[in-house]
Amino acid sequence: MNILIPTVLVGALGLAFGLMLSFLAKKFAVPVNPLVQEVERVLPGANCGACGFPGCSGLAEKIASGEAPVNACPAGGPKVWAELTRLLGQEGGNWEVKRAVVLCQGGKGVAQVVAEYSGVASCKAANLLPGSFKGCRFGCLGLGDCVRVCPFSAMHIDPESGLPVVDWEKCTGCGKCVAECPRKILALVPRKEQVTVACVSPDSAREVRKVCARGCIKCQVCVRTCPEGAITFENGKIVISREKCTLCGLCIEKCPTHCIIRVGKTAALLEVRG
Amino acid sequence: MNTGFLTLFKIIISAAFVDNIILARYIGLCPYIGMSSSVANSIGMGMAVTFVMVLASIVTWVLWNFIFVPLGLEYLRIMVFILVIATLVQLVEILLKKNVPNLYRAMGIYLPLITTNCAILAVTFLGVDYGYTLLQVVVYSISVALGFTVALVLLAGIRERLRLARVPQFWQGYPIVFVATCLLAIAFLGFKGLVK
Repeated sequence: MNILIPTVLVGALGLAFGLMLSFLAKKFAVPVNPLVQEVERVLPGANCGACGFPGCSGLAEKIASGEAPVNACPAGGPKVWAELTRLLGQEGGNWEVKRAVVLCQGGKGVAQVVAEYSGVASCKAANLLPGSFKGCRFGCLGLGDCVRVCPFSAMHIDPESGLPVVDWEKCTGCGKCVAECPRKILALVPRKEQVTVACVSPDSAREVRKVCARGCIKCQVCVRTCPEGAITFENGKIVISREKCTLCGLCIEKCPTHCIIRVGKTAALLEVRG
Repeated sequence: MNTGFLTLFKIIISAAFVDNIILARYIGLCPYIGMSSSVANSIGMGMAVTFVMVLASIVTWVLWNFIFVPLGLEYLRIMVFILVIATLVQLVEILLKKNVPNLYRAMGIYLPLITTNCAILAVTFLGVDYGYTLLQVVVYSISVALGFTVALVLLAGIRERLRLARVPQFWQGYPIVFVATCLLAIAFLGFKGLVK
């Protein structure tokens, strides 16, 4: 059988199609904004989606066209922001660096465990069970949904306490873990030394004492202790004002359940007394 | 031919509804699931698929009947048909990028993926396998594309409603879409036996 005919035929077809396409591509060419590519090079390229656009290339297009602000990338941080500001010739604005923090200390031996959980190893699944396996309905389940969702490997489960720990060196403040946590235990805070209540339970003292040794019992000792009046009791919650707080640490010493913690400037771990 | 019109009508009904390419033949599910998140985009996808499907059917039918069958080169079918489809998809991409950039962006990866959309390859194959005339092939491919678009728009409408529904966490996203697809397919089962 002659191999020449099919070879020539397919080759000719390919050539004809190729020529036609290249001609049309020239004729209908769309000028690409070179700025888009430059912006994309500056962006982290993790495609984490924290900005709300489809990947880094999606955001690059929006930034280049001016539809998105230069600080739209929460993961890139001030470095990317500064670079983009320079690229686009914009001045001013400020960047607030944020970091995630875990607001629960109810780890192993601290919080009561009422049942053995052998289901799917995911906080979301465990949280579907009424009351779940922990005594506290608001405490960290420690199954690591936040760790798995972190695009920057900034989190791990501490083997001793069984609670997630955020590495502030790696954390970019993208907020994916905050969105992932079914119990809303993680929060984004400004990256600076601060004092915060590491308990989200709104329960009364009796309920909290029953299930956790490190829960906030709303005794308001801290409110009375603070010399600056930075701590208030609002809507059943202890609120520490970051503006008024002088980081003196008196409230940390006085708190009977040690649920007030100091979040480090750069360190990932939280300084805990007792 | 006095039965010509009736034959064409039969082709339309059976291709668009009875043997719906997605809901009865289960072909071309990738763009079906991927592009059904909004009705506007699904209509655009339907139009792009229609364009490629009809043109590909015509070109492949002509190549098949006038070059490949006379030369006895039937075994080259897959390669050449894919070549034709890929070229047409590129053509659509160039035109869309120029004229409808919004739709081009919304379609993203699914536009080049029309190349590997098995629905289009299936239609070009079936068109020549059924021994249709050129007119019949044109009508057939338009009907199949119509069926594809109908199924796509129906699912897009359902998905727009689904966004308001409280779907359990583990069913969110594609799982619930596949369930909706199954229910649609069951509904389309009602067309079975309509055309003898």
